[in-house]
Amino acid sequence: MYDVAIVGAGVVGSAIARELSKFKVKACVIEKDEDVCNGTSKANSAIVHAGFDAKPGTLKAKLNVRGNEMMDALSKELDFPFKRNGSLVVCTKDQDPALLDELVEKAKANGVEVSILEREELIEMEPNLADDVVKALYAPTGAIVCPFHLTMALAENAADNGVEFFLNTEVTMIEKKDDFYVITTDKDVIEAKTVVNAAGVYADKLNNMVSENKLEIIARRGQYCLLDKDAGNHVSKTIFQLPSKMGKGVLVTPTVHGNLLVGPTAEDIDDKEGINTTADGLGSLGVTSAQSVKNVPMRQVITSFAGLRAHEVNGDFVIGEAEDAKGFFNAAGIESPGLSSAPAIGEMVASLVAESLGLEKNPDFNGTRKGILNPATLSMEERNELIKKQPAYGNIICRCEMISEGEILDAIHRTLGARSLDGVKRRTRAGMGRCQAGFCSPKTMEILEREVPMSMFDVTKNGKDAKIVYGYNKKI
Amino acid sequence: MKYDLVIVGGGPAGLAAAIAAKDNGIDSILIIERDRELGGILNQCIHNGFGLHTFKEELTGPEYASRFIAQVEERGIEYKLNTMVMDIANDKTVTAMNATDGMFTIEAKAVILAMGCRERSRGALNIPGYRPAGIFSAGTAQRLVNIEGYMPGRRVVILGSGDIGLIMARRMTLEGAKVLAVAELMPYSGGLKRNIVQCLDDFDIPLYLSHTVVDIQGKERVEGITIAEVGPDRKPIPGSEIHYDCDTLLLSCGLLPENELSKTAGVELSPITSGPVVNDSLETNIEGVFACGNVLHVHDLVDFVSQEATNAGKNAAKYIKEGKQDASKEVKILPVDGVRYTVPTTVRPEVMDDTLTVRFRVGQVFKNCAIATYFGDELISKRKRPVMAPGEMEQVILKKSQLAEYPDIENITIKIEEA
Repeated sequence: MYDVAIVGAGVVGSAIARELSKFKVKACVIEKDEDVCNGTSKANSAIVHAGFDAKPGTLKAKLNVRGNEMMDALSKELDFPFKRNGSLVVCTKDQDPALLDELVEKAKANGVEVSILEREELIEMEPNLADDVVKALYAPTGAIVCPFHLTMALAENAADNGVEFFLNTEVTMIEKKDDFYVITTDKDVIEAKTVVNAAGVYADKLNNMVSENKLEIIARRGQYCLLDKDAGNHVSKTIFQLPSKMGKGVLVTPTVHGNLLVGPTAEDIDDKEGINTTADGLGSLGVTSAQSVKNVPMRQVITSFAGLRAHEVNGDFVIGEAEDAKGFFNAAGIESPGLSSAPAIGEMVASLVAESLGLEKNPDFNGTRKGILNPATLSMEERNELIKKQPAYGNIICRCEMISEGEILDAIHRTLGARSLDGVKRRTRAGMGRCQAGFCSPKTMEILEREVPMSMFDVTKNGKDAKIVYGYNKKI
Repeated sequence: MKYDLVIVGGGPAGLAAAIAAKDNGIDSILIIERDRELGGILNQCIHNGFGLHTFKEELTGPEYASRFIAQVEERGIEYKLNTMVMDIANDKTVTAMNATDGMFTIEAKAVILAMGCRERSRGALNIPGYRPAGIFSAGTAQRLVNIEGYMPGRRVVILGSGDIGLIMARRMTLEGAKVLAVAELMPYSGGLKRNIVQCLDDFDIPLYLSHTVVDIQGKERVEGITIAEVGPDRKPIPGSEIHYDCDTLLLSCGLLPENELSKTAGVELSPITSGPVVNDSLETNIEGVFACGNVLHVHDLVDFVSQEATNAGKNAAKYIKEGKQDASKEVKILPVDGVRYTVPTTVRPEVMDDTLTVRFRVGQVFKNCAIATYFGDELISKRKRPVMAPGEMEQVILKKSQLAEYPDIENITIKIEEA
């Protein structure tokens, strides 16, 4: 019997797991996919919002601001890439500058530092802003983060502090008993005193299994284009657009790894697995982004992707114990600013669960985690020292991102290690560069085969039936 | 470490350049190769058709490579395998790394860039749809089948009619897969005519010109591909869709010279070829840094790579021995009217070799036309060509003696004219 079963190993589930591991608790995380960070957490804008946008008084506002505050310390403890690059919301000459003033008011109410800048200052800061931009709201605390590493860091640290992870395990049914829950999965049946619902776009399905207060989560698709690192300096801050008749607008931002990201679209769709991009969606990004940033080199796209935001119809995050299902805690409707809020959601849900179960602090909790070493940050002497001890660090596998075999071995052998090409890619960036794994995937497959170990025919892109090769030549 | 000449890349270009440099009197040469053997991409090109120009016989890729590797070995030219060049500084300091030597720097008197090219990826093509397993560049599939011995697909659609795609249509068929169709965005193929005949026609694989992939289905592995005809604007025509149930999409949609290292060194690149801008010595804007092979511009036949690289090796040797060639004059070669680019882009009549081969590609299919060369405004030569296509390289040979007769010209123009 677990004290807590968390459903979903996205950034929210992982943050809750880690916060819970600060208590003496028997906890597990149940994830349908083969890896953590495989749903909404992996496909989003990768930014930490300053917190001026959310309506004052909402959970979104409160948790965004708190989450943003927590990121500096967290990024040091858990060793993931995070950078306060600042953000701008730009207003063009055809737009109503009063909308910026409204944002200033909201920022004040939310306790977020912002200022209004005029074109002259803006152009000095961001020479590639569109010619029509006249003024902008500037939020210095806006930031960018690696969503993969944030999620993996939280999950690894939770696991290192005793939380069990059941990957490739899909919850099919949850039944409430008198003082515990029976969770049926496609593998084992799991019993837990409390359940945390961090199931992303499926959080409504889970909630509705045990509560009469029905939730309705709509999958809101966002399509993005990721541009080559050559374009990474096109802007230095995250550039938002003011909402207009044309829609909410798209952002243009550097990523924490030095690429340029343009997106997202916003389309409500019926399919909760509908992470396909469309010609119209991708085509619109160039046109829309040009309203705030000029000359975005869309020809330098290296990949495009779509993510689903879990939009709850009432608009705010749904966090807390279900009124009619004691011990069932929701962390649902976590759309933007969900990534920014995740650490704060973790804190909030963990304290609710801890209070409900009367948990004691865990004196053995170790909150630090070492990320995968990036040898590029070492001096040549340090690097040679490393290669002498571990020659694999001298063997480059991914030529675009210059990722060594040593980093891939670390990714495979660490806590909650990689078991697929995407798992290696998200942990190390091998395959994430401009050739998009054309050269390194056969080599990475060999390393997975040897190190996991696993059959070449079981190596997948991202689990389940996403197999890469079918058989030996002539034997398919 | 110090070497007279560092050659980045041990594929066909690097090998031929090394041999030529050695034969022209340079002994201190190091070839740096990132893969586990010399030969580059030829090692996975196990089909025949290589070497018709160079050796007057048909060789497979590995056979062609082995002849050059043997010459490198005979001459005792040094090379390092499994070694990645991490950086080239504009003072020709090369930083490289491998598992045994660690990271090290080499001071070179001259550097030859011979890194080759990579394939345009699905991401760069921005094809909409899901992102399942089963989407490979044709070259990745070729490596899996020919080097590793694994089949990456059973039912295959190929986008793009570049040569590797055509070769892989045949290869996958021979290894037991069903290749359903090849779709090509342009109204003409990007590959060699002989490959269309031998790899598609002979196996009854349909080629749909002016078609592209408009959707990829399947959430885990590819389950289907939809192609559609495109209009003159290359936009899909609604209603023209053809659907295929398949598990694999191969992409053969063009090759991109791999010049990331060149950029860090400050080498000027051409926006058309994505390769370095070079003069008649195949020297880049950085003195003593030369380029050849597919890193310079994507070739159709390896024989031409070898020829070009031989020149680069010879010129690098000359530079090492004699230093910079002073020339008072540089004549620009202008590609116009159907000629997309030329390599080289400038020629120095005083210091050029007796002849200079200018290579280029045309921008569309031309039938019964001619390649015209002008010195200034004067037509110098006009050579009839029954068919020219973007998939095949063309060339013009400039003679030093002839250029000497025109001391005042600023430009040489190469264009396609009616025959």
